[in-house]
Amino acid sequence: MANTLNGKTAITGIGETKYSRGTDKSSIGLMLEASIKAIHDAGLKPNQVDGIIPYCLGPVGEEVMTGLGLTDVRFSAQTPMGGASPVAALQCAAAVIAAGVCNHVLVVLGRRGYSDARVTTRLAAMPQFRQIAEFENPVGAFAPAQLYAPMIRRHMELYGTNPDQFAEVAVAMRNHAMLNDNAIMKSPLTVEDHHNSRMISDPYRLFDCCLESDGGTAVIVSSSEYAKDTRAPVTILGVGEGHPDSPSTITQRPDMLELGLSKAAPRVFEMAGVKHKDIDVAEIYDCFTGMVIAEIEDLGFCEKGEGGPFVEGGRIRLGGELPVNTHGGLLSQAHIAGMNHVYELVRQLRHEGGAAQVPNAQIGLVTGYGDLGDGSLAIMQRAS
Amino acid sequence: MSEYLKPLPEPSIDSQPFWDGLKEGRLLLQTCSDCGTVRHYPRPMCEKCQSMECHWTEATGRGQLYTWTETHHPFHFGFKGELPYILATVELDEGVRIQTQLLGGAKVGDLRVGTPIEVVLDRATDEWVLPYVRLVK
Repeated sequence: MANTLNGKTAITGIGETKYSRGTDKSSIGLMLEASIKAIHDAGLKPNQVDGIIPYCLGPVGEEVMTGLGLTDVRFSAQTPMGGASPVAALQCAAAVIAAGVCNHVLVVLGRRGYSDARVTTRLAAMPQFRQIAEFENPVGAFAPAQLYAPMIRRHMELYGTNPDQFAEVAVAMRNHAMLNDNAIMKSPLTVEDHHNSRMISDPYRLFDCCLESDGGTAVIVSSSEYAKDTRAPVTILGVGEGHPDSPSTITQRPDMLELGLSKAAPRVFEMAGVKHKDIDVAEIYDCFTGMVIAEIEDLGFCEKGEGGPFVEGGRIRLGGELPVNTHGGLLSQAHIAGMNHVYELVRQLRHEGGAAQVPNAQIGLVTGYGDLGDGSLAIMQRAS
Repeated sequence: MSEYLKPLPEPSIDSQPFWDGLKEGRLLLQTCSDCGTVRHYPRPMCEKCQSMECHWTEATGRGQLYTWTETHHPFHFGFKGELPYILATVELDEGVRIQTQLLGGAKVGDLRVGTPIEVVLDRATDEWVLPYVRLVK
């Protein structure tokens, strides 16, 4: 079972729109713009796309088919795991391609996260947050910042994780965004700026929190058979998802600090047949600075509790041992729910990372995290 | 009485007895009638033995602080006047957790994992009583 999806598929095309705060485009417009770029990048005509996985919120698959003029779609689905959805969608795409159902699956996300309803309003209406809405909204808990801050507060109390380490994550992401032409936050950020930013929900300050952005991103997953003749394929070596125990609420989880990613990571590393030291670049879902620390632990780069010290000393910056979020992440590039992380990993492994290129990157990983603890992970390799 | 501006619970079939209990001044927890496991938030099946038979037992209202956050940003207009406020995650003696506001003017710097906590009930409207917590004196 472990190697079922190993090397069966590759990402053959990527596309992104301009990321912004404010747009005159609709969500479906952003999706279609990113999609057609990805389709052309893969060397395909639209009608060769025979599978689609749109993001779990926003315009549905039928609208994507209508918009692109697709007439022979054989598979459509959603992977409803919030920010873990895009990477989980890669597993879904790889599985249906490996099974022979499809040849080319479009995974696409477009959103007006800045221009439409903001996060607090959106969450209260989402079915996966039903228990939060019933029990926690009436007493004042609404937003992800409030729901995730207690996780990292406990991490601080148990392991001594501190705000300097959160600041290091924020500064590293900002430094990377400053190298990226398609990033929203381009002005320098210091540790002092981080510590002086206003408190949102203790211990999280403004610069611990991700952006809310408008934009679209898409990738094409193809069979390896097709991929080998394309311009710059990136092979999916391993991919998977994991869910925490009691996924519908954080508070009732046996161990509040154990994320779904901790279950996916060993399976995906085994499927990929690579070791942690083989990872040249990591795109890690960074809704909050502390989540990067927690995910680094659950990925197995260090023991639980050691993630704070791990990020110190420039280790996650370009030039460090494990460059993280070379595009600037959700914290400083844009919040495209992690589809931008998938795009960036492919860009890095194609050696098209521009000023933020990790020299000679061969193997990298991308994570997703969402809906209070669901996790997903893909490990990819530059095609030789 | 001025208009109540905060959201109120929308109970489900499974959770209605919890809210009814609060109105009577009792913190009731759902308990498996087959294996005795206490569960929260209310749901139809015991995750330990998959029994769908349950009854409701009154909690002691005592527990320990598991973790917390102090909210400064006005995420909801109904809470604007209370900022900043502390949200505590409390492990009750019965083994389940609740998340709610920590009342009584506690300072966030004085809180520790394991700090003793007790539940206090507060009437929000004619229809609704909500559970809060405070430090044990």
